[in-house]
Amino acid sequence: MPMYSHTVDHKVYRFQDLRDLLAKASPARSGDYLAGVAAADYEERVAAQMALAEVPLAQFLSETVIPYEQDEVTRLIIDRHDAEAFQPVAHLTVGDFRNWLLSDLATEATLARLAPGLTPEMAAAVSKIMRIQDLILVAKKCRVVTAFRTTVGLPGRLSTRLQPNHPTDDPAGVSASVVDGLMYGNGDAVIGINPATDNVNAVITLIQMLDAVIRRYEIPTQSCVLTHVTTSIEAINRGAPLDLVFQSIAGTEAANRSFGINLGILREGYEAARALGRGTVGQNVMYFETGQGSALSANAHQGVDQQTCEARAYAVAREFSPFLVNTVVGFIGPEYLYDGKQIIRAGLEDHFCGKLLGVPMGCDVCYTNHAEADQNDMDMLLTLLAVAGINFVMGIPGSDDVMLNYQTTSFHDALYVRKVLGSRPAPEFEAWLQRVGIFSGDAKILADKTPGIFLDSIRKLGV
Amino acid sequence: MSDILTPNLWHVLTRFTQARIGLGRAGTSLPTRPHLEFQFAHARARNAVHHPLDEQALRMALDTRGWRSFMMHSAAQDRATYLQRPDLGRIPSDASKAQLQAFSDARAECDISIVVVDGLSAFAIEQNALPVLDLLMPELTKQAFTVAPISIVRQGRVAIGDPIAKALGARLAVVLIGERPGLSSPDSMGIYITWAPQPGTNDAQRNCISNVRKDGLEYGEAIHKLMYLITEAFRRELSGVMLKDETAAAPQRLGRVGQNFLLE
Repeated sequence: MPMYSHTVDHKVYRFQDLRDLLAKASPARSGDYLAGVAAADYEERVAAQMALAEVPLAQFLSETVIPYEQDEVTRLIIDRHDAEAFQPVAHLTVGDFRNWLLSDLATEATLARLAPGLTPEMAAAVSKIMRIQDLILVAKKCRVVTAFRTTVGLPGRLSTRLQPNHPTDDPAGVSASVVDGLMYGNGDAVIGINPATDNVNAVITLIQMLDAVIRRYEIPTQSCVLTHVTTSIEAINRGAPLDLVFQSIAGTEAANRSFGINLGILREGYEAARALGRGTVGQNVMYFETGQGSALSANAHQGVDQQTCEARAYAVAREFSPFLVNTVVGFIGPEYLYDGKQIIRAGLEDHFCGKLLGVPMGCDVCYTNHAEADQNDMDMLLTLLAVAGINFVMGIPGSDDVMLNYQTTSFHDALYVRKVLGSRPAPEFEAWLQRVGIFSGDAKILADKTPGIFLDSIRKLGV
Repeated sequence: MSDILTPNLWHVLTRFTQARIGLGRAGTSLPTRPHLEFQFAHARARNAVHHPLDEQALRMALDTRGWRSFMMHSAAQDRATYLQRPDLGRIPSDASKAQLQAFSDARAECDISIVVVDGLSAFAIEQNALPVLDLLMPELTKQAFTVAPISIVRQGRVAIGDPIAKALGARLAVVLIGERPGLSSPDSMGIYITWAPQPGTNDAQRNCISNVRKDGLEYGEAIHKLMYLITEAFRRELSGVMLKDETAAAPQRLGRVGQNFLLE
């Protein structure tokens, strides 16, 4: 017997269980069709949204989308649920919850208190019946502030990850992109490299290099080499000056297993980095990356739609009080998010769900060349996320990642947002930008005169 | 112009990286020239994804060399389906399946089946497949490998080589396939080898040689690696993670603290 049904004009739509209902209520995207969990047509999708709107939030605490016994992420979600924090919305249905979130009852303070009382599935459910303006309006009310050597997520601020990737990790090649990014005022979230190899010695070399640059030029920021958590632990054991521990995470135990991790391994990484005590204004030490479709691509989605899987990854993230969580929204390819329309909606859903759950969300606003997307789509998503108050985005030279072969936001793009929305970098980094003359004092935007900070090093090259 | 544009004095650092650094700015935005150069690179990559493989030209070129070939199509009818359904790109269409059944019924046997697949860039195949085959075929002949007729596949993924090679009775599949185009590499070809190919083979059982193109891994070196992998696969009767490419020249140049203009 189907557990959920909805009748429209005498036609009865039936849904097997909450997992099925969530999948069919999800706005259309290629990954859910690939998985065979999507609604059959337009009307069934909206009927599912109508049925979902009538489900009490409390139902999500008794009916899990993946069984408690089978999945440690489900156990984490249920065991960590804060019933007292949940009280203000405990009597609401999903549809009422949308109304409540949009109402003036939901303020920065009430939303912060509510976060531990929400499960990822509740956040995913309400997002599925929200339009883009709803996702923006509510996310903007949520504030998640984290700190290490900079403070990220403050009102009116937008931070950037400087991503100086190079196909062979050549130190001068990496540094060339670091200079370019810093001169454009990027890098306050992190200077983060995707290394060409997971070899621990090569990783340590990069960590040492970034640490030396940060210390030599007294840059208030943090570094990260985006390698497997176990490689970071080994680097720490060998004495590397590591700031943030990176890991890709997903929303099911099986998908995390395919990444070679579980909650225990993440805990080890978290404790190893915390023990170093390298933060100055805070001790949030984890950098996580996520993205819709990752569970399906590992064939580990267990019949759950990709957006609900993604929201479950945020439950994994928040367990470790991360400094940064980055949804790499368009990287995975058109079999999961087909075009600009799907990528834009997914980016805003991820930001909304993450913030609602108390996670410091950033977004890699990006696409690959086989997706039906281009720079115009990225401009739209970047602008919408900035309006929604995203904590950070990527910054890369000219939008072109020459190592990972995809396109993400550029150093120039961050300055565009600063100009049109007045968003400023993290305060510690902004003060440094003004001190060394990269930003002008008044307008908080690039100075007319080229600052001298790196010029001596560059002139020595014989220009 | 200098009043309108602000150049970047650190443009000289482009000697260290192909990243798009030192582009200058108009206000704080991307100047017109680098903006349109980016647009062109993206347009070229998009064309690479959507350009249909000219299989007739390829077949004629193979014919003139005296190499037999035949056409296959995956179960993905068109490009839009192909891009959203990787599962369909891995299996032959019904018509192609029937053709393969005829091969199976004939109980053919051979050492190697070469499968040329458009993949995500038919440009890559049109530019690189013939030069690679021109070097590869004489090598295979020299080592007395028997080679099945070459199959040419439209809308295919790597794994479509498995059912094709299996039907041809091949002990090893060599798949040439167009890789996902990058902004600066729209014509990159991948070469995959699979020992004992059959439907259900997983990717950990394959070896890959990537980025084969004029400005990437050059043909001679690609053939050197490929012949090593083929020879070793036949000797050890396996492929994949257990078979490492030991031909790698000097390991990738990895940085050391100090070799860096910022820290000197």
